[in-house]
Amino acid sequence: MTQGCECSFPVEGENFDEAGKVSVEIKKMLKKIDIPDDVVRRAAIATYESEVNIISYAIQGTVNLQVTRDHILIDIQDTGPGISNIEQAMEQGYSTANDHIREMGFGAGMGLFNIKNCSDTFEISSEEGKGTHLKILINR
Amino acid sequence: MDMAFLVEKLGLTVRCGGDRLDREVSGGYAGDLLSNVMAGSKSGDVWVTCQAHQNIVAVSVLKEHAGIILTQGREPDKNTIERASQEGIPLLVTELSGFEIAGRIYNLLHP
Ligand SMILES: Nc1ncnc2c1ncn2[C@@H]1O[C@H](COP(=O)(O)OP(=O)(O)OP(=O)(O)O)[C@@H](O)[C@H]1O
Ligand SMILES: [Mg+2]
Repeated sequence: MTQGCECSFPVEGENFDEAGKVSVEIKKMLKKIDIPDDVVRRAAIATYESEVNIISYAIQGTVNLQVTRDHILIDIQDTGPGISNIEQAMEQGYSTANDHIREMGFGAGMGLFNIKNCSDTFEISSEEGKGTHLKILINR
Repeated sequence: MDMAFLVEKLGLTVRCGGDRLDREVSGGYAGDLLSNVMAGSKSGDVWVTCQAHQNIVAVSVLKEHAGIILTQGREPDKNTIERASQEGIPLLVTELSGFEIAGRIYNLLHP
């Protein structure tokens, strides 16, 4: 499998002990199939921030990874409270993280901004009370 | 310059990854906000932080840091040591503050 793959990873809300597990696994997979370093680096950051957001704010989520000849698509859906004001959430420094989350060094309000920065195409949609959906596309 | 050189020059105490001190240090990054470190640090950096819980290990693995230095006498959690050992990330501790240790590392990197 040198060209592509498709796989899916579950992420459980509030389980901070596992934070980064999915991103580390995805990073190792991408390195194995000879994806350029910079692309791996951006995919790792984007996946990590998305994973931590599910753990911090949602109940349960899934990270879907699709690697094709031309791109890496990271598609992340969660069943959580959703985001009422996406524009505000995307702003650097905006965070609703509670003290527990902040004590661990999260809650700088940079995650979504970092994800967007690492993407060639970034789409976010969310429905209050239902969940949030991120589509992160990175060209190979 | 490798991690072993830093350990010796700065009198750091090794909590794990003693067999991986041959890792090359190309720069440094200081920070306690994980998403800031994710965005700003580079591969080969030694990371200076006061965060001691296990989440720091994933950040270092993802960013391919040379190692992590915990400041002001912070001790890594048991899980942090376990995870860092598994991933081969050197974990070091110092009594010095983040400011002091970062300054000394900077001087060693830019003599
Ligand atoms: N999956 C999600 N479900 C519900 N709310 C979310 C989700 N992701 C982000 N948010 C909301 O958007 C805000 C900004 O998220 P962002 O990741 O940019 O920063 P943060 O998580 O607060 O801090 P950091 O990522 O820097 O540790 C969050 O504080 C939260 O209110
Ligand atoms: Mg976040």
